[in-house]
Amino acid sequence: MEDIKKRIRTIKFWNSVFWITGLLSTLVGLALLFTLLTDLFMDGFPRLSYKFFTSFPSRFPDEAGILSAWVGSFLVLFVTASSAIPLGVAAGIYLEEYAGKNWLTDIIEINIANLAGVPSIVYGLLALGLFVYFFKFGESILTGGLALALLILPMVIMATREAIRAIPNSIREASYALGATKWQTVQSHIIPYSTGGILTGIIIGLSRAIGETAPIITVGALTFIAFLPSSPFSSEFPFVSFKWLFDPFTVMPIQMFNWVSRPQHEFQLNAAAAGLVLMAMTLLMNGLAIYIRYRFRRKIKW
Amino acid sequence: MAHNSYKKLKEKAIETALFLSALSSVLITIGIVVVLSYESFGFFKEVSLKEFLTERQWTPLFAEPKFGILPLVSGTLLTTAIALIVALPLGLTAAVYLSEYAPHRLKEIVKPILELLAAVPTVVYGYFALLFLTPILQKFIPDLSGFNALSPGIIMGIMIIPYVSSVSEDAMKAVPMHIREGSYAMGATKLQTAFKVVIPSAFSGIAAAFIIGISRAVGETMVVAIAAGGMPNLTANPLEPVQTLTAYIVAVSLGDVPHGTIEYKTIFAAGITLFLITLIFNLIGFWFRKRIREAY
Repeated sequence: MEDIKKRIRTIKFWNSVFWITGLLSTLVGLALLFTLLTDLFMDGFPRLSYKFFTSFPSRFPDEAGILSAWVGSFLVLFVTASSAIPLGVAAGIYLEEYAGKNWLTDIIEINIANLAGVPSIVYGLLALGLFVYFFKFGESILTGGLALALLILPMVIMATREAIRAIPNSIREASYALGATKWQTVQSHIIPYSTGGILTGIIIGLSRAIGETAPIITVGALTFIAFLPSSPFSSEFPFVSFKWLFDPFTVMPIQMFNWVSRPQHEFQLNAAAAGLVLMAMTLLMNGLAIYIRYRFRRKIKW
Repeated sequence: MAHNSYKKLKEKAIETALFLSALSSVLITIGIVVVLSYESFGFFKEVSLKEFLTERQWTPLFAEPKFGILPLVSGTLLTTAIALIVALPLGLTAAVYLSEYAPHRLKEIVKPILELLAAVPTVVYGYFALLFLTPILQKFIPDLSGFNALSPGIIMGIMIIPYVSSVSEDAMKAVPMHIREGSYAMGATKLQTAFKVVIPSAFSGIAAAFIIGISRAVGETMVVAIAAGGMPNLTANPLEPVQTLTAYIVAVSLGDVPHGTIEYKTIFAAGITLFLITLIFNLIGFWFRKRIREAY
């Protein structure tokens, strides 16, 4: 009897030990995230000023800023979003609503799962071979944006599919029963009801794209750019110009990378400030995604 | 009637457009394979496969270039191994805690925050490894060089914790409650249930999570490019600087490499090696995930 009691005590002891270990290892990640943010904040915050956002990079750390970097990031992201969103959402709709169960669908599915696991730098090499040298887009904003579009396409497709899969079949059946065609059903039911989920996936994908460095370096973005791309608006007809698509560029993470790699401490402070801006963008986008998911989940009840 | 056939035509056109969008994802894979093979084919015309696989030095930019991929592969494996030593125990323990122990409310808060670890731009992690962790580690390990495999390895490990914990936790959550209840009814504690019942039942999912983690670590670029140094180094010593496959591609891309030169082709040779390594892991992971669906 004593033996058994002792055994139970030991077992219960180890159970509590694990309870604490588990809690601690969960908190380790959180603590590190917190440390990282604090460290970045302490180093970078004093450098943040209006001038930092409106100056070009410079040989003098005090005068250097991120103007060309954030403009570049914004334009690249614009290209990425306008190519990856339509393509990804359309592919997701096809796979959930139209695709039959056959070998072709299987191949597409395995392929998307595999693409999601391909390292980002490999997309950079693809873009280098295909967009820079085969299509002759050069080392331009268009190339960078398309490279990131390829990268986030699997994420957009998977988010779209998951959002559509959550819609109960009764909705589709009700629509068909009224004589609606497949596309009418998709257009007026499937897309509106899955917007929340799709939007969440898109924003998370874009937040990943904005922080991506490796593929953009591979396609040959420059690390020192002291000018802005040509303006998308022109004074002559047709008033919009797409010349900026073919301009050389830099983006936020590359600017930060460039400053990190310099030995001078002042430049590293600049890197921290750029990192802080980058983190703020990423966290804002992720926060927005969580908020949208939460709102749509509350609004729609089946 | 005319209206009807117009409608049918429109439906067909839309379906075709959607189908082509889905097919584009296959074109991306074909594009990757074609571009990588085409450019590395040019590389292997000048360098024999035997030299590529057995030569112990990688110095393509030297006057007497040597093209042995081993130092880059060893650098990749070393940093990956360090990352896994950090990520697998922490990630799995966190997953068991969140799935079996944590109160629901805590889980709802902690999980999204933990997933933020994966959302932090990798260049920020690189900054952290080089300028925060390495100086701290140097206080404990005096002969740690400023660039080393250890510090970026650890940071990469932290970065992949959410991949490991999130997918493992999903797999454990999928284990039906009655299996746990059976164990509790026999008087088992949560710990015994977790390790002897839940983890074995969720094995495929946990294995898939580990594989995803490995694949991420192998392909990670910026952390190692910033903090591991830039010297191809055939070593298993984590205190020395190393260069990974990914960091090599970045280092060459930063310089102005003319199209068609052997230097230009080396990055594709490194790229195809990287692609094949991750492809193998992805396929194993896919096979494990397919097994989960068949489990219950």
